Amino acid sequence: MPIKHRVQRKSLKTSHTVSSPLVTPQAHQSGVLQKLLQEDPTYDYDLIVIGGGSGGLSCAQEAAALGRRVMVLDLVVPSPQGTSWGVAGTCVNVGCVPKKLMHQAALLGQALTDSRKFGWECSQQVKHNWETMTEAIQKHVGSLNRSYQRALREKAVAYVNSYGEFVEHHKIKATNGKGQETYYTAAKFVIATGERPRYLGIQGDKEYCITSDDLFSLPYCPGATLVVGASSVALECAGFLAGLGLEVTVMVSSQLLRGFDQEMAEKVASSMQQLGVRFLRKFVPVELQQLEKGSPGKLKVVAKSTEGTEMIEGLYNTVLLAIGRDSCTKKIGLEKIGVKVNEKTGKIPVNDVEQSSVPYVYAVGDVVEGQTELTPVAVQAGRLLARRLFGGRLEKCDYINAPTVVFTPLEYGCCGYAEEKAVEVYRKENLEDRVIGFHVLGPKAGEITQGFAAAMKCGLTKQLLDDTIGIHPTCAQVFTTLETTKSSGLDITQKGC
Amino acid sequence: MSAAYPRLSSAAREELRRRLLGLIEGHRVVIFSKSYCPHSARVKELFSSLGVDCNILELDQVDDGASVQEVLSEITNQRTVPSIFVNKVHVGGCDRTFQAHQSGVLQKLLQEDPTYDYDLIVIGGGSGGLSCAQEAAALGRRVMVLDLVVPSPQGTSWGVAGTCVNVGCVPKKLMHQAALLGQALTDSRKFGWECSQQVKHNWETMTEAIQKHVGSLNRSYQRALREKAVAYVNSYGEFVEHHKIKATNGKGQETYYTAAKFVIATGERPRYLGIQGDKEYCITSDDLFSLPYCPGATLVVGASSVALECAGFLAGLGLEVTVMVSSQLLRGFDQEMAEKVASSMQQLGVRFLRKFVPLQQLEKGSPGKLKVVAKSTEGTEMIEGLYNTVLLAIGRDSCTKKIGLEKIGVKVNEKTGKIPVNDVEQSSVPYVYAVGDVVEGQTELTPVAVQAGRLLARRLFGGRLEKVTGTVQLVQKLSSLYKEEPVKRRSPWTPTLASLLQVYHTLFWPLEWTVACRDSNTCYAKIICSKLDNDRVIGFHVLGPKAGEITQGFAAAMKCGLTKQLLDDTIGIHPTCAQVFTTLETTKSSGLDITQKGC
Repeated sequence: MPIKHRVQRKSLKTSHTVSSPLVTPQAHQSGVLQKLLQEDPTYDYDLIVIGGGSGGLSCAQEAAALGRRVMVLDLVVPSPQGTSWGVAGTCVNVGCVPKKLMHQAALLGQALTDSRKFGWECSQQVKHNWETMTEAIQKHVGSLNRSYQRALREKAVAYVNSYGEFVEHHKIKATNGKGQETYYTAAKFVIATGERPRYLGIQGDKEYCITSDDLFSLPYCPGATLVVGASSVALECAGFLAGLGLEVTVMVSSQLLRGFDQEMAEKVASSMQQLGVRFLRKFVPVELQQLEKGSPGKLKVVAKSTEGTEMIEGLYNTVLLAIGRDSCTKKIGLEKIGVKVNEKTGKIPVNDVEQSSVPYVYAVGDVVEGQTELTPVAVQAGRLLARRLFGGRLEKCDYINAPTVVFTPLEYGCCGYAEEKAVEVYRKENLEDRVIGFHVLGPKAGEITQGFAAAMKCGLTKQLLDDTIGIHPTCAQVFTTLETTKSSGLDITQKGC
Repeated sequence: MSAAYPRLSSAAREELRRRLLGLIEGHRVVIFSKSYCPHSARVKELFSSLGVDCNILELDQVDDGASVQEVLSEITNQRTVPSIFVNKVHVGGCDRTFQAHQSGVLQKLLQEDPTYDYDLIVIGGGSGGLSCAQEAAALGRRVMVLDLVVPSPQGTSWGVAGTCVNVGCVPKKLMHQAALLGQALTDSRKFGWECSQQVKHNWETMTEAIQKHVGSLNRSYQRALREKAVAYVNSYGEFVEHHKIKATNGKGQETYYTAAKFVIATGERPRYLGIQGDKEYCITSDDLFSLPYCPGATLVVGASSVALECAGFLAGLGLEVTVMVSSQLLRGFDQEMAEKVASSMQQLGVRFLRKFVPLQQLEKGSPGKLKVVAKSTEGTEMIEGLYNTVLLAIGRDSCTKKIGLEKIGVKVNEKTGKIPVNDVEQSSVPYVYAVGDVVEGQTELTPVAVQAGRLLARRLFGGRLEKVTGTVQLVQKLSSLYKEEPVKRRSPWTPTLASLLQVYHTLFWPLEWTVACRDSNTCYAKIICSKLDNDRVIGFHVLGPKAGEITQGFAAAMKCGLTKQLLDDTIGIHPTCAQVFTTLETTKSSGLDITQKGC
């Protein structure tokens, strides 16, 4: 990839930081250093962001607000089932937002049942209409798309509905839906392409299975559903589908909710079992066969035990894959400009200011190696990055104690360490009385967890928790009166109805 | 109050003196000691060999040890430690104690244990009283609880566990939940549930279910009292002389009991208007939660949290509700929030009559109807209205008038009826304590009473020293139908210089409300930061669904010194309502638009 350089031995004029002494010789070898040394390159933009999701848009908008010329390249490659969507990425279109709304629909189903006990003379069997729900949700998603587009226009961010791919240093090819190519240059780039659902890699998977990319706008009720996977996405989808009255089976190859506190994960699963969700533990699908076409059709799934030779088969209307997500870093020309990518995970390693191995290329959001895959993290990282690049600010994103909530029918909120991890850490450090892990399984766990996450930022201790006056009657108040230690082995069951 | 303040103010000195006398009076053996003092150690060994439990205060291990020693020397004329009291008698130091032991005086003193029936009698079996009684019993003391609910003018009565469980928080939150479920029924259609358009509500089904739950709580409290061997007596307690109380049961039978210590936890009961017909025709929150019929068109008189909560859930159940407010809404709460609560209720169809009070007399209208004539507080305007039910929620009065406090000299604030106590809940009579809503200046909240009661028992009988934290951070919560407004303030300090404060705020639209097409500019979040104190968050306010659950964690964060920066550094949980607090950017003083775009 020969590039002509006009090297002038002038001092560096730009605000680039060539991050570490180790990076500089590399930059020289690859030609980047020379490029940096060029005099006043007249780029089309100060910043091009590839990917218009939570992280990309927050970065682009903040940079534009700081007076920079900013472009966002954003094109959603349709899923194998042909699903596509508008601006604002996974969270708004096929993630948090529609998920929480379907979760809410399921909770309202529970509310209908509860309401009879509270005197509402509602009929015993209320049917759920999938189409009404998805239309309402898609209508809301559509309004969010429009409000994001409006915000981009107002902030004068150039939003281009094209697929971005590096062709050479500082230069990118943008291909639109019709295959038309345009080239743009920029001083800096931010990669915020996120992730897309992984497929099984067995025959028929892309043809017959759906993923969370398809579920939220599925034009028909999925019927009896097999959810493959044990991630939070898998359990959340299984939970609300069951809550809407569908027959749901979850096939788990090994651990539930990897990375989360395992005791809590098991409790989440058993709360779902009580709702009628069936779990097939230690099985993986090996064969898919379509028996009937239709909306939904009928599929036969053959699965094999991960521990032996046992095979089971089952009939489902829909198979939803939620076995993980892959970073969208393969087809954007990163190799052309030498951005290092972890070959195994496809993620981009960055330093603590989100800078990749190529100094003018940054990354935010789920593509970042070691990043917590959460919308608010991406938003914050993107905004702070723009402020550092163009606003002369220095704040870095503080990822410690990022709280998470899994919106299963009983919500699971947590912040800080899982118990097993805490045990590991405690061997090394003296942690005194500080609260280092917070876990709650129950209704409204999302709302409960946020404030305690703030408290943990402030150095919450058990004593301070005890000193906090409870709000009665709430679920959250239990944290102000915790007395039983786990090691005591004392009974913690509550008397029932 | 350590050695850094060697000279105590006279008030503090008097206070400490009272505390020490309480300690001395309350225990068989009290040793004022220093942990490293060999003489103290010898005395402790002596009592230990006699098998006598001692209450030991190590003056070198408490913050105010120097002050204690100073006041103690005034009481005893002995400057040194150890200083030993046996059954309220000052024996002296180490040498004199050993002399007393040799001469047999010590043994005699130890025997002169006044033989009270109980170590502790608690008057009132509500949240504060029961937590105190149970804790004291768990510490091995003989404890009695006297608890009799005087029926309301409408004849309503209830079982053990006081206001919170029977006619307060618990049934209130359940009726609130019933109203929320009504809203959920409406929402559910938007989310695809094919529920019929008009779902009727059955009041009797609801109250029966709620009363069933309250009944099960009553039974579980009784079981807990039995298990902990607390003597629960369903009688009305009234002091007749020092350390002696008369217990009158429902049949008028009188029994007398004595105790070393007493805790007053009689709480409060709703106030009446003081006009003709009020007790005859009106109901209060004492009656509402077990009302055997649907109240129909209801006039709620009052602007307290109880008034707005009841008005909110009644409207949510589909009733026609009017709230008559004489002056301020939610006195003591943030007034901007209070007005927002009211306007959110108006959106639900609640009618407000501001600046009116019911006039002299209530008349019975046509069957099941009441005519209420009200007069403007600002002029001569009169209005009248017909209602099925009039619910009074104009305030609550302490139950301190008819329990014989004057007989033993316990001081009561004549105006409010509340009992002034020091910072260890001790009244003007050293062996009489008070917890819960009867306490002057106390935040009237269940968890405060529970914590105060439990810590009091531990101090009295467990040798512990923890107090309910100095400036009680008050967390108040108001739930009015699906809106809840919790208000949290660090102190009653109301700064006048706005320049010292920065207020951040925003309206927000809960995700669950979007699809349900509910208003996008009703929910409101606000924090107040102290500029002088590193932008510390000193006020936290949220109006919206699940406000109770949201507020608790932030209350803990405020205990930990939450600042705006730390709030900004906290990663949000998406999508929740609570996350708005991690991204507050608009200051109120900027005047920038905070409205959200709607459906």
